Amino acid sequence: MCLAIPTQVVELLDNDGAVVELGGVRKEISLALVDGVVVGDYVIVHVGYALSRLDPEEAEKTLQLFAEIGLQAE
Amino acid sequence: MTKPRTGYIHPLDLKNGRVDMTHGSGGRAMAQLIEELFLAAFDNEFLRQMNDQASFQIPAGRMVMATDSHVVSPLFFPGGDIGCLSVHGTINDVAMAGAVPLYLSASFILEEGFPLADLARIVESMAKASREAGVPIVTGDTKVVERNKGDGVFITTTGVGIVPHGVDISGDRARPGDTIIVSGMVGDHGVAILSVRENLSFGTSIQSDTAALHGLVAAMVAAVPGIHALRDPTRGGLATTLNEIARQSGVGMMLRETDLPIRTEVRAACEFLGLDPLYSANEGKLVAFCRQEDADALLAAMHAHPLGQDAAAIGEVVEDDHRFVQMETAFGGRRIVDWLTGEQLPRIC
Amino acid sequence: MKYIDEFRDGALARKLAADIRREAQPDRTYGLMEFCGGHTHAIFRYGVQGLLPDNIHMIHGPGCPVCVLPIGRVDSAIELARRPDVILCSYGDMLRVPGSNRMSLLKAKAGGADVRMIYSSADALKIAQENPDKEVVFFAIGFETTTPPTAVAILRAGEMGLKNFSVFSNHVLTPAAITAIMGSGEARVDGVVGPAHVSTVIGSRPYEPFAAQYHIPVVIAGFEPLDVMQAILMLVRQLNEGRAEVENEFSRAVTREGNIKAQSLVAEVFELRKTFEWRGLGWVPDSGLQIREKYAAYDAEKRFELPYRSVADHPACECSAIIRGVKKPLDCKVFGTVCTPDNPIGSCMVSSEGACAAYYTYGRYNDKNRTSAKRIQS
Repeated sequence: MCLAIPTQVVELLDNDGAVVELGGVRKEISLALVDGVVVGDYVIVHVGYALSRLDPEEAEKTLQLFAEIGLQAE
Repeated sequence: MTKPRTGYIHPLDLKNGRVDMTHGSGGRAMAQLIEELFLAAFDNEFLRQMNDQASFQIPAGRMVMATDSHVVSPLFFPGGDIGCLSVHGTINDVAMAGAVPLYLSASFILEEGFPLADLARIVESMAKASREAGVPIVTGDTKVVERNKGDGVFITTTGVGIVPHGVDISGDRARPGDTIIVSGMVGDHGVAILSVRENLSFGTSIQSDTAALHGLVAAMVAAVPGIHALRDPTRGGLATTLNEIARQSGVGMMLRETDLPIRTEVRAACEFLGLDPLYSANEGKLVAFCRQEDADALLAAMHAHPLGQDAAAIGEVVEDDHRFVQMETAFGGRRIVDWLTGEQLPRIC
Repeated sequence: MKYIDEFRDGALARKLAADIRREAQPDRTYGLMEFCGGHTHAIFRYGVQGLLPDNIHMIHGPGCPVCVLPIGRVDSAIELARRPDVILCSYGDMLRVPGSNRMSLLKAKAGGADVRMIYSSADALKIAQENPDKEVVFFAIGFETTTPPTAVAILRAGEMGLKNFSVFSNHVLTPAAITAIMGSGEARVDGVVGPAHVSTVIGSRPYEPFAAQYHIPVVIAGFEPLDVMQAILMLVRQLNEGRAEVENEFSRAVTREGNIKAQSLVAEVFELRKTFEWRGLGWVPDSGLQIREKYAAYDAEKRFELPYRSVADHPACECSAIIRGVKKPLDCKVFGTVCTPDNPIGSCMVSSEGACAAYYTYGRYNDKNRTSAKRIQS
């Protein structure tokens, strides 16, 4: 369930709002469910609300994990 | 040539005026609306005769006729409006038979209270589209319905054209082995429309791709007269059109997702809403089916035309009793590109 | 698109597929349940099943809040929408779900009911502000991902002093659903692919009791197809090694504790219902949320008379068994014949995430009756 997408925060607005961007498309969303988000952060957005910050280091680790597995092929 | 009637004490108030029931009643108010707005904008030798019909000689050949009603909401969207859409749409329907479009008719159903300023804007847009396409609007009609019985304005356009000799293009002529070619980036129009609709607005630079395709078609037919099928993927997007043709021709199709030309912004907008760009409408694109050996020549002709620069081969027609349109995903798996029930709705799940 | 495209890379998919193939022991089968409807959708949309070896079966779980909503609740929403003083706001997903008598919100709209499709709970608040003379009811559905946005809307309604806004809450809980499936003992589930975005809210901790109690490994997977494949690989490994742990593949967005702020906002506004009816699972205790007394002014069930009538599924409909992972769409006698996305009998077919809809839309060419697509060399 729960279609949610990773987007980048490009602007902070009043009232817990923010503008996020994905692939050139911008949308206004709410940051009411997260704390300490700054411009440049990536957040996962579901039904117009950011649910969590995306951790770039963990993302990188995960991608490396995918790639590593393949290299273990004998 | 008859001189236009004079005798209107005040010109139409195109700034603040609104359509009212007198504009549809057939009397002087209606004549004034027609003359000062429609005839002035569409001006040509046929309309100047001020008859209820247009009369013209037609070249020899097979005639094509197409009609389309336009009820788009919103009326104005990035890249276009209901006016130019109605001109392009019917020109394209005629062109998809490989025909040269010759003339258009335009009938309007106006809702009482509709601002004349908006109507003028729409009519001007139609006039421009018609002039640029070289296809005049030669006859028309106007009716007015009571408030709340229309959506501002509904426009119906009908077009006629002539098919050149030796051209036989039809949706039931796709054959196994044919190459499937799309003329450019898909999904733009549907997303442009969504970007202004209430409750789904987001800032994008996506414009509707609305355009008249008859010039492109003429170039394609000149290069490959044996094109099997052409269609413009409007409502329901590319996926719907491919399914229609698969059904009509009794074939299946295999697409390659990596070859589909889709703008990043369109992909992104679809991600936001949980939509599939394959089902997003287009108003200035076409899909073509030709024999494999003709594909290179056809693509070359398309690339040379401004409206076909991003043309790409996206798959093949295959034998399939089920008439499935399938796709090899970029991921490496395979899926069906199904025929949707109704309009795609944005989803949260 | 960053953090999306990289996780859909075809070359990595092939590598992972090869690894899964290599590590899956040929002498056993692996029945893996992907709980979340979004994962079901991804599996079909990207053709993941086709990349897996034959001894790995994906069992499609009940994590589709549209699918598990019983007909009776849909009927109540339609009843609300039909009231002349009500504007019913709903996410797009619910509009075509059939209630009793094949009625749906979309059909009710065609019949004159004021039904508005919204993208966010904030939109419903806006509609309430703009229509002070109408009662605006927000038809709230969803698992733990979607509940916090509803909580925020109710709190905002309070701050704004809105007098015409209420919520028809149908929020449900993931752990309760997983327990109900495991508890039934029917489905042969060896491992669970845990939901992505629910877990960003609740964290990985709530899955630990199942893994322990039923000795079943759980791997929380991100939303993209590579995430799902990686999670499948991790489950295969756990099963091979006899482990039953909770692992987190979606580490870029999920922590053990989850989103505390969201959890506390939900706890402020909602409380557990003693029991809630689920399509396919029957009445499940502690599985649904209702609005607390403190916020009763925003509870549509208190504002309006909404007697609940439990309505049984169509006798031929196998949604119940499919949701529990006991049967597959093809096992249902009406699948693809009477029951299609055009004419859905059960909500498994109407929601794009329902197992039946996903199967029909993306994968029915796989069935044993299909004619293989041949090419003719021209």
